[in-house]
Amino acid sequence: MSEKFNQQQYDKTVKEYQPKPSLIGNCLRAFLVGGSICLLGQFLTGLYMDLFNMTEREAGNPTVTTLILLSALLTGFGVYDKIAQFAGAGSAVPVTGFANSITSAALEHKSEGLVLGVATNLFKLAGSVIVFGVVAAYIVGIIRYVFQAIM
Amino acid sequence: MRKAGKQTWMYENYLYLNSTGTAVGPKEAEGPLADTFDISHDKLHCEEANWELAERRLMSESIDVCLSKANMSKDQIDLFLAGDLLNQNVTSNYVARSLSIPFLCMFGACSTSMETLAVGSALIDAGFANHVIAAVSSHNATAERQFRYPTEYGGQKPKTATSTVTGAGAALVSKVKSEIRIECATIGRVMDYGTKDPFDMGSAMAPAAYDTIKTHFEDTGRKPEDYDLIVTGDLSGVGSVILKDMLKEDGYTIDQLYNDCGLMVYNSDQQVFAGGSGCACSAVVTYGHLVQALKEGRYNKIFVVATGALMSPTMVQQKETIPTIAHGVVLMRSEGGGQ
Repeated sequence: MSEKFNQQQYDKTVKEYQPKPSLIGNCLRAFLVGGSICLLGQFLTGLYMDLFNMTEREAGNPTVTTLILLSALLTGFGVYDKIAQFAGAGSAVPVTGFANSITSAALEHKSEGLVLGVATNLFKLAGSVIVFGVVAAYIVGIIRYVFQAIM
Repeated sequence: MRKAGKQTWMYENYLYLNSTGTAVGPKEAEGPLADTFDISHDKLHCEEANWELAERRLMSESIDVCLSKANMSKDQIDLFLAGDLLNQNVTSNYVARSLSIPFLCMFGACSTSMETLAVGSALIDAGFANHVIAAVSSHNATAERQFRYPTEYGGQKPKTATSTVTGAGAALVSKVKSEIRIECATIGRVMDYGTKDPFDMGSAMAPAAYDTIKTHFEDTGRKPEDYDLIVTGDLSGVGSVILKDMLKEDGYTIDQLYNDCGLMVYNSDQQVFAGGSGCACSAVVTYGHLVQALKEGRYNKIFVVATGALMSPTMVQQKETIPTIAHGVVLMRSEGGGQ
């Protein structure tokens, strides 16, 4: 065995054989798709404010709900994963990505029944987001409380 | 001498591949080898209620076709060897449940196709069986669920990833003369060169293919030129280039007579990342296209090396490196053709 493919440095040697992800391209696509999703959200907020005389704060919840519904439908029709392959973080970071992770898990585990299949696995992927979200909120809450007590 | 060198089995009896059967899913049926498959499904569900049933159907169909081509019934088969990628090899075990043929289940990840063929042939050579069926299957959606994410989950995959082939392949082996002879097999060792990325199996498996091919040449005293084609299972666009360079470093140039089943099974515009993978990848290409090419005389002698990555998602999450293996079988046109 030659020096080049030596077992110890194999991982480094084969790097040159692996196609590189295009960082700029990925960022650009994530920006475009992620931005478009946010633009759609902004449009929906405006729509709810105009149609139902809601304040901006009140229009927030129906906007998020609509985006979640759209994402769930696109997941069910088998479109969302294709958008995601193109968009990367652009479709994973917004609330639509969260909806997709839940809907896809529900679809996948439907064959194992409603309780042990769908319900048990629903938060298989999204669970970590919720856990770290709650933990982060707790820590930030404590910090805020301490600061308020001191000042 | 049945054993040659360290790892090669030279079958003493003349063993033959009597018939083969292949069944594939929609993406494979749109690929360049579409005409060489016996059964093609236009839906990934293969008219079944879930993915696991779909994979089971593919394996059953490939066996049925294989038997009917040879005009044999299942009670004439002495032994059934099979494997797949799912936990507890459920596809193989559940298919075997309905076949009621004595059964040995095997697991070598994607190398199982040649593992079952090599072991089945050895058992016939030794006289433990007269007719053996070797079968494997894989399904894109069952593999996604088990090894990666839910099918519809929107996660971006890197360019080094591979796409699991949906399909199944079965082969009937015996001493009854046919057009294709199974001459010898080289059994691989587990290799681990320390890669950890489950989305780059090509890089992980190239050393296993390298080791098996090199050992085969050393054990048999043969050279690459002794074959019309050396084909690996699923090294993909990444691993196949690494393999060629690894062998070149040792003085074996295989560029002109090398190919990879994972690159043959799909067109380049089918969005399969670096290529196809899975047990069925090497099986449907070998039992379909390659067997046909041997029968038509386009090749005289080929060396099929099926490669497998032996990791599980748990091992990957525990930061273990990926062990890999490759088994090779030599198929050749038999002198004088069929009966």
